[in-house]
Amino acid sequence: MKIAVCVKQIPDPAAPAKMDANYNLARDTKLIMDESDSYGVEMALQLVDKAGAGEVVLFSMAPGEEVSGLRNALAMGAHRAVLISDPRLAGSDALSTAKVLAKAIGRESFDLVLAATESSDGYTGTTPVQIAELLDLPSVTFAKGIEVKGESLIVARQTEAGFDEIEVPTPALVTVTAGVVEPRYPNFKGIMAAKSKPVEKLSIDDLAFSPDSVGASGARETITSIRPAESRGAGTVVVDEGDGFAKIIEYLESLKVI
Amino acid sequence: MVKTPIKPLDLFNIDSMLSAEEIAIRDTVRKYVEKRIKPEVADWYESGELPVAELAKELGELGVLGMHLDGWGCAGTSAVSYGLSCTELEAGDSGLRSLVSVQGSLAMKAIHAFGSTEQKDQWLPGMAAGDIIGCFGLTEADFGSNPSGMRTNAKRDGGDWILNGSKMWITNGSVAKVAVVWARTDDGVRGFVVPTDTPGFSANLIHKKLSLRASVTSELVFDNLRLPASAVLPEVSSLRGPLTCLNEARFGILFGALGAARDCLESAITYGLERDQFDKPIAGFQLTQKKYADMTLELGKGMLLAIHVGRLKDQGLATSEQVSLGKLNNAREALAIARDCRSILGANGITLEYPVMRHLCNLESVFTYEGTNEMHTLVVGEALTGLGAFR
Ligand SMILES: Cc1cc2nc3c(=O)[nH]c(=O)nc-3n(C[C@H](O)[C@H](O)[C@H](O)COP(=O)(O)OP(=O)(O)OC[C@H]3O[C@@H](n4cnc5c(N)ncnc54)[C@H](O)[C@@H]3O)c2cc1C
Repeated sequence: MKIAVCVKQIPDPAAPAKMDANYNLARDTKLIMDESDSYGVEMALQLVDKAGAGEVVLFSMAPGEEVSGLRNALAMGAHRAVLISDPRLAGSDALSTAKVLAKAIGRESFDLVLAATESSDGYTGTTPVQIAELLDLPSVTFAKGIEVKGESLIVARQTEAGFDEIEVPTPALVTVTAGVVEPRYPNFKGIMAAKSKPVEKLSIDDLAFSPDSVGASGARETITSIRPAESRGAGTVVVDEGDGFAKIIEYLESLKVI
Repeated sequence: MVKTPIKPLDLFNIDSMLSAEEIAIRDTVRKYVEKRIKPEVADWYESGELPVAELAKELGELGVLGMHLDGWGCAGTSAVSYGLSCTELEAGDSGLRSLVSVQGSLAMKAIHAFGSTEQKDQWLPGMAAGDIIGCFGLTEADFGSNPSGMRTNAKRDGGDWILNGSKMWITNGSVAKVAVVWARTDDGVRGFVVPTDTPGFSANLIHKKLSLRASVTSELVFDNLRLPASAVLPEVSSLRGPLTCLNEARFGILFGALGAARDCLESAITYGLERDQFDKPIAGFQLTQKKYADMTLELGKGMLLAIHVGRLKDQGLATSEQVSLGKLNNAREALAIARDCRSILGANGITLEYPVMRHLCNLESVFTYEGTNEMHTLVVGEALTGLGAFR
């Protein structure tokens, strides 16, 4: 089973965020693997393990030839990576990103393309389905489980009420929700081996894009202004005087959730 | 204006000194400790019980056990990576780091450095995987700082050896499947690889400890214990054997102790920001800030020293005196940091709800074992003057 996994490398969410002059998140700091993507990597590794053979290939578009997030996923066990890095990609919107990733992924044939439901920095949640459309693949979103059944996949798709079971023919693109599998810790042998796993680096020329079709000049979206999210009001403090349980029930009842 | 607080070691930008691989290894151990150890360690500490077999298996899977050794299933990382892992483990608990130090740097290192190929093949892969737990017996009840006086002895009986005597304060003693035991023989101090199910071997758990409670500490007794000739470590017949291993473990401690100190300091800063007295956070008082600043300086200086010694070690240049400098400073300063942090937490500081008093109590052992603070002072004194002041 051959699986492509989209891996975004993002500024460490634990560090204070900086914005650039065009209201984009400044990405000139050290980047790490988006935690949302670690679930896709884990899912891919488990599927390949179960299939008995195969390959997990990572795809990432990132500035500055950043590979540290990819190394992390390689240390978890992914086999190789493709990095698209080009200064002319700066300012790309979700669609341009999808075009670039789709072109890179489309150079090979995969049984499955995995991505996170949404990234932890941009939260657009549109890139994966755009990739599917560009590659002419069926897509299923919000997967909490994937099983292989012959030439198809049975995907458990998270819904508000529970989950739908969807059968989709391969090749397909599936987006994975966070928290559905426990991403493995890379062990030290994996970390040491990751150093020598192949990372192919591509520019937009390698993918035959004209500079004005991608990056800021190709973007159809512009960010005109940004402002801080409204800060939430302080919560209500309930002191447990032995009746905490009853108070929680009462509160949940008032919300009509139980 | 309120600025975003920065973590003590980030103020030194320690990360800029580390390779991507070192950071990856460190982060792996840090995550493991956050998820697996920190939520439970206070309970282990209180009950005085540690699920050693389970933890050893998990640590083996990560590659922590004997990580800085080459071959036989060991990961073969740099010394700095090993040191950074010790920092993270000890930020969890010194008991966890002790388990790892004894397994990797004492028991495995002894077999790796001085064992025969058969001994290495027999023991090291299982020890690296965490299936076989090892211990290391040098100290005796009457011979601690001065191991050269040891009474445990091995005598030849035909092709065999007969081992008699006892060892005290042996970490992992009661849970070990294999013990590396140092004994006096006619041809000097020799190391023996002793399967703990050999008749004549017993291990007695030491109770009533107030330090390193999340660690197994035992007395080992050898009563006419018969060993084949193949049990002796062939490559060394003097105290150089155990001292080589101790030097390795001490190297881990000069990083490890700082982990406990870092955890104390981070807890004390978080606590100080949340705890209001006189209508403001206690972290906002100048006296508290002086404590934070002084402790951060010592923590950072200790880390710079540790990384420096680590880099020397990776180049094959580190001397045992340099390791002594590090152990002397970092165990001492870590203990001082833990004490000051304890004061910042007030009454809460004496409970197991916060890690500080636990680290403080643990660091009392760290101050004493692997060469007491005084012994390392004397090593440095001798290096500076040429005069030994040990006796
Ligand atoms: C929790 C724990 C785990 C341990 N695990 C192990 C283990 O796995 N394997 C092992 O072999 N050992 C282990 N030890 C033993 C440890 O290494 C010894 O405790 C240590 O070497 C000190 O020996 P001692 O306790 O006999 O103290 P002593 O040697 O009796 O020292 C007592 C005091 O006298 C001072 N002193 C001694 N000689 C001099 C001198 N010449 N000049 C000035 N001061 C001096 C010491 O510095 C110290 O302050 C462990 C100890 C502890 C507490």
